[in-house]
Amino acid sequence: MLETALKGKQGYWSWLIFLLVMMGIGLGCYLYQFNEGLRITGMSRDVSWGFYIAQFTYLVGVAASGVMVVLPYYLHDYKAFGRITVLGEFMAIAAVTMCILFIFVDLGNPVRIMNVIMFPSPTSILFWDMIVLNVYLLLNVFVGWNVLSAERKGIPYQKWVKVLAYISIPWAFSIHTVTAFLYAGLPGRHFWMTAIMAARFLSSAFCSGPALLILICLIVRRVSKFDPGKEQIRTLGGIVAYAMIINVFFYLLEIFTAFYSQIPGHMVHFEFLFVGVDGYGKLAPWMWTATGFAVLSLILLIIPSTRRNEETLAVACVSVIVATWIDKGLGLVIGGFTPNPFERVTPYWPTTPEILITLGVWATGFFILTVLYKIAVSVKEEVAA
Amino acid sequence: MGVNRREFLKIAGAASLFGLGGKTAIEILAPGKVEASMEALPLTGGERWAMVVDMHKMDDALMDKCIEACHREHNVPDLGNPKEEVKWLWKEDYHHSFPGQHHQYIGDHFKHTNFLLMCNHCTNPPCCRVCPTQATFQRKDGIVMMDMHRCIGCRFCMAACPFGARSFNWGDPYRVTRVEELKKLNPGFPTNREYPTRSKGVVEKCTFCTERLAKGLLPACVEVANKVEEGAMIFGDLADPESEVRQVLKETYTIRRKPELGTEPNLFFIV
Repeated sequence: MLETALKGKQGYWSWLIFLLVMMGIGLGCYLYQFNEGLRITGMSRDVSWGFYIAQFTYLVGVAASGVMVVLPYYLHDYKAFGRITVLGEFMAIAAVTMCILFIFVDLGNPVRIMNVIMFPSPTSILFWDMIVLNVYLLLNVFVGWNVLSAERKGIPYQKWVKVLAYISIPWAFSIHTVTAFLYAGLPGRHFWMTAIMAARFLSSAFCSGPALLILICLIVRRVSKFDPGKEQIRTLGGIVAYAMIINVFFYLLEIFTAFYSQIPGHMVHFEFLFVGVDGYGKLAPWMWTATGFAVLSLILLIIPSTRRNEETLAVACVSVIVATWIDKGLGLVIGGFTPNPFERVTPYWPTTPEILITLGVWATGFFILTVLYKIAVSVKEEVAA
Repeated sequence: MGVNRREFLKIAGAASLFGLGGKTAIEILAPGKVEASMEALPLTGGERWAMVVDMHKMDDALMDKCIEACHREHNVPDLGNPKEEVKWLWKEDYHHSFPGQHHQYIGDHFKHTNFLLMCNHCTNPPCCRVCPTQATFQRKDGIVMMDMHRCIGCRFCMAACPFGARSFNWGDPYRVTRVEELKKLNPGFPTNREYPTRSKGVVEKCTFCTERLAKGLLPACVEVANKVEEGAMIFGDLADPESEVRQVLKETYTIRRKPELGTEPNLFFIV
């Protein structure tokens, strides 16, 4: 099926070349980082994880959300999603690949990465995260590819593929739960020390991932002959609506616990994010932007007429993505490290090379996504014809 | 000591040339002799090392001396930038050392009194729990050790440590020998050529001077502190009821940083 990725219109090739250029710039910056060390980033001994780990966390959510099309189809026999399960699986492949790359570029000593396998450490959540992410990647590669090639040949897929698809459903929940455990079990980091961290991660995943999928479906419809379907997009819109409501609800629960209990260590991180602490409040405009977009998305998603209108639904999806990305991609990690264990504020902001490396990884993910979607859409067009 | 490191390596090297393992080298040296010579030293047989800092006997000048001794012993570079700072032993004021204890009526004298901080060598260390390669691990004698040559630089331990005791080599520590302005800050770097070198991208921290304990010497900071002010820093084995640390902890009121987190810090302060 790979050959279908080699035939495309000019727009397809220009997009791929653009992504390749971004990947090249990212790689160049990474080589610079490889030589100089992570000192070229904005991270410090106080904010010791930054942009890379935040993107990783966000993308684990996008990867896990593939299950939102797989689950209704396989467990509830919701036939409509049969058309787009492969899109969910291929999005998961691209997202997990980005996750692994973000972990890799964040390592101080990447050449020693095999130490994680040579000295397996079951007490470390990072060890389990490596396992669940890699297995999830393989599950989606096998299931997505086999279902699609069976569809192309016009035969039903094999039984073992269905078994793997069933396994991939709880596995999707596991990747984001384990990722939440990276944060939620650390003594002395009050912002992350919350039992609903995994639940929050899952709810934000299940709104941001399907929101991205809706946008991609709308693009696919515009650039190809394959229509993912009106009903499919409408159902996804419902999923985004519920998940975003739950996501915002969970966030408000955190705010209540911190501010009704009045425990300073719990309040201070929210204060840092929304108003600033010790005169440093660079994140405040971002967090209020996220709040604005969250409110906008909720309005558009809850009112039935705007949710069912694909144009306003697209606006809602963009709003969900912006809000959840700021929450997880900026607020979660930086807010958790600030103030530091001495209650001091050390400013963090990503540097230009750090941002370019980040964009390079995103470009790699979108490159994979584009090629895989090109294959999927070509097969769908072929079958329809 | 019966065998020094150089001799040991010589014999071990020769033994491996003949296809014999490291253990054989020890056998050649006479069976049991290495173990016996180690156990004879009081500082190599501890079960739970701990440190007590007597703040009545400490002042800024003495703390600076301790820090200098530590950083010279372990080649800790001065990178001239707080964001990249590598700290094994450092000063921090009361307010920030004990953030939960602070109140608005506290006198400036207490508020700005510096404490001497280092790794707490917790009995229940979260850093070791989270390390994905066991590059940081707890020794039998309780010391939380760091293998800078296994560390992959994921910095999970830095997120897990509630005491900010861990530092990362954001760049190559040896650039202090190359960059003009850093050269001035680090005369004679590396000051101790015996100590293992490290590269960029690994985490490091206080090790209670394991390399000195192995030779029967007290940690560098303790040695310096007690030369100036006897009893300013007390190092000993909590597992031994007769040890000086146990006596001091029994007789004197001491505090620890963030004991409520359950990591069981083994660094105590007399205040």
